[in-house]
Amino acid sequence: MNPRVLMIGWELPPFNSGGLGEACLGLAKALSKKGVKITFVLPQKVDINVDFMDVVFADIEDSLKMMLSSYVTYSEWAKQFGTDGKNINPFDFLGGALEYAEKIGKIARRCNFDLVHSHDWLTFPAGIVAKKLSNKPFVTHVHQTEMDRTGGHNLNPIVYNIEKVGMEKADKVISVSQFTKNILVNNYAIDPNKITVVHNGIEEISRKRLPPALAAMKKLNYKLVLFLGRITLMKGPEYFVRAAKTVLEHRPKTIFVVVGSGDMQEQMMAEAGNLGIMDNFLFTGFLRGEEKNRIWQSADLFVIPSVSEPFGITALESIANGTPVLLSKQSGVAEVLSHVLKVDFWDTDEMANKIISVLAYPSLKKVLKQESSKELPLINWDKSADKCIGIYRSIQENHGF
Amino acid sequence: MSSSFRGNPAFKGREDVITNYYEIFHLPFVIYHLLFILMPSICLYFQVHQPMRVKKYRIFDVGTDHDYFNDTGESNLNNKKILRKVADKSYLPANKLLLKLLKKYPELRLSYSFSGVFLEQLKDQLPHVLGSFRDLVKTGQVEILNETYYHSLAFFYSRAEFESQVNMHKDLIWKLFKVESEVFRNTELAYNNDLAMWADSKGYKGILAEGWDSFLGWRSPNFVYQPTGTKKIKLLLKNYKLSDDIAFRFSEKSWKEWPLTADKFARWVDAINGNGQIVNLFMDYETFGEHQWKEQGIFGFLEHLPSEILKHQDNNFVTPSEAVKKYPAMDEVDVPGVVTWADTERDLSAWVGNSIQSSALTLLYKMEKKILDTGNPKIIQDWRRLQTSDHFYYMCTKWFSDGDVHKYFNPYESPYDAFISYMSALSDLKLRTKATRKRRVKNV
Repeated sequence: MNPRVLMIGWELPPFNSGGLGEACLGLAKALSKKGVKITFVLPQKVDINVDFMDVVFADIEDSLKMMLSSYVTYSEWAKQFGTDGKNINPFDFLGGALEYAEKIGKIARRCNFDLVHSHDWLTFPAGIVAKKLSNKPFVTHVHQTEMDRTGGHNLNPIVYNIEKVGMEKADKVISVSQFTKNILVNNYAIDPNKITVVHNGIEEISRKRLPPALAAMKKLNYKLVLFLGRITLMKGPEYFVRAAKTVLEHRPKTIFVVVGSGDMQEQMMAEAGNLGIMDNFLFTGFLRGEEKNRIWQSADLFVIPSVSEPFGITALESIANGTPVLLSKQSGVAEVLSHVLKVDFWDTDEMANKIISVLAYPSLKKVLKQESSKELPLINWDKSADKCIGIYRSIQENHGF
Repeated sequence: MSSSFRGNPAFKGREDVITNYYEIFHLPFVIYHLLFILMPSICLYFQVHQPMRVKKYRIFDVGTDHDYFNDTGESNLNNKKILRKVADKSYLPANKLLLKLLKKYPELRLSYSFSGVFLEQLKDQLPHVLGSFRDLVKTGQVEILNETYYHSLAFFYSRAEFESQVNMHKDLIWKLFKVESEVFRNTELAYNNDLAMWADSKGYKGILAEGWDSFLGWRSPNFVYQPTGTKKIKLLLKNYKLSDDIAFRFSEKSWKEWPLTADKFARWVDAINGNGQIVNLFMDYETFGEHQWKEQGIFGFLEHLPSEILKHQDNNFVTPSEAVKKYPAMDEVDVPGVVTWADTERDLSAWVGNSIQSSALTLLYKMEKKILDTGNPKIIQDWRRLQTSDHFYYMCTKWFSDGDVHKYFNPYESPYDAFISYMSALSDLKLRTKATRKRRVKNV
């Protein structure tokens, strides 16, 4: 019989701050299609319209903006809400996660389910409570860790502990890549036998062609190199700027487009200014939907210089947009993609070497685009769902269902 | 690294098709055999080649570093390191064993084709290994074939350059071994009618190709043929089933014939009795000890092969030139398109199948005139070393994601890394060519 799952999430599109919501939706949809009955819990009521699963709300009282923003480092969060440093309590940062745990009881008692599946630390306290109350097995799904967010420096000990305890209390842990699994084993001392890698998938394997952005620049034979994502430590923005400096020494007619925002944006701009290359940088701020895809499709190359990237769904979105990818080897998605360029994030010379090569040789861009688009259909949520169901079944067997 | 091993996955599940091949008796053949009941001759040819791999060469090196092939690190781009490794694992033990067998069995015949780039590297770095090949040739039972010095695909891009490289190879073989070749084989066994006509016009007695079904149809590779459009030259076709049983499948435990023993193999050869005159076993020499490991018993197999084959007193060994003298051409074989010994497609797609490969090749041969005009031996040599087919093979994107033989033989992290280093080296070569021309103009 198909298991009934109480899935505890933090966000779902369109009310999402990043990749977590997209990943939860993609996985939940594919699981439902395969007959898994999902009750998806969100911390607060939002106007969400899905027909393949029940969505219930825990009705916690924090402001929505503050809640969504908890999915960043503490220092980034503090900057955003406590600029004067007075009206901020460090525990507010964790408040959402803890209140979620208080409110989950009502839902856990009301719903029928066979196991609990929790996504990332904000939902782990709630997951642990649901497991205790129901005495049902518990799966934690790790999309990102405090190690990734902070690069291992200045990590928030409470967040780290919630992550660690969550995984220890879980019957099974799912990590989105081998890269992340290694972090869980090495930095959280989790038993590797308890962890299964389930790579993310992508639903839309090709994007509608849109009118080009920045056409005037392209007409003047400028090449566009794209950085897209939160401008924050784990995404490696400073390595992008350093590589840009080297690229420009060889190919002055290059524009580096930065889409996104984040706590390191100012620093990134300052760095470009210091290196005297600000004229070749274009900061668009955060973009969504068509606006984002138009720039994506116009770019000659998309660079992901991440220092620590558990998966990296933007690599797949880039390929869907027909733009080849240069990816740091410190990213999980590198495990499922062969037809992309790969580089160590710290090796900015090699990053520049590869950027220049794509700009210099049209055939390289063409083959990367052709071959990577062939890989995309193989990276789908169906596969991820099958793996998840396998994990559910193995737990159920161990629990004597 | 060159080679036929590449086709490996090609044969999975194709065994039935392949066996059918031998069960087809066509009337003229049957009649012929009623007249001349002969056991087959075995013709062994080994390809020996090591390319000069381009080191990790970046855009920043252009204009400053002109040594493209001198990696000294731990990677598989270190040509010296690889040569030493393969010599220890394969060339030396295989040569030692074969010398012993040649002495023990005066009927045993072998043939080799050495690329010039390989011999050059041996001469410079491992002269004792070159000596061990010389010892084999001195027995008088070993024949050397002719090919392009740089193991290149020049035939398909520049006839003049191709002929220069064939002549260079001839000279080198004469210099090192004091023998002349009567039989030609082209890089990767890349063959078509044009190549046969060229070899015919140059007086070669024989030429080698893959015995591929697409042009043979119902006919067997176990006969000597005449290429379409030629007068005298004869064509020897690789028996890919039996060759690949050794070269690819020998260590494959999932293969139903595993483990392959010399007596079993000899029985398969005997089974051709009356259905063919010659069994051409063509493979990379690295099969012995490098592709198939000592631990899997490949040298034991090789050691017992001659005695098992010769158990049947009608069986014998021939060199390619003996084969074409001994047997008449049974039929004409028409190969208008290029056939090679690689992959399921048996075409050139492993070297020129995608746009990065074809753009690199186009640029390379576009430089021909300017390069030769420099008259600078170092520039010309570097350009020719960049013609070796392996460079383009490393850029092959077919099956790259599956981790198959292509990946196994690729010393680069990806086909794209291979392309990037190669193109940067080519850019540097272009600059050097320009600089030399400028100097010459100045001097005039």
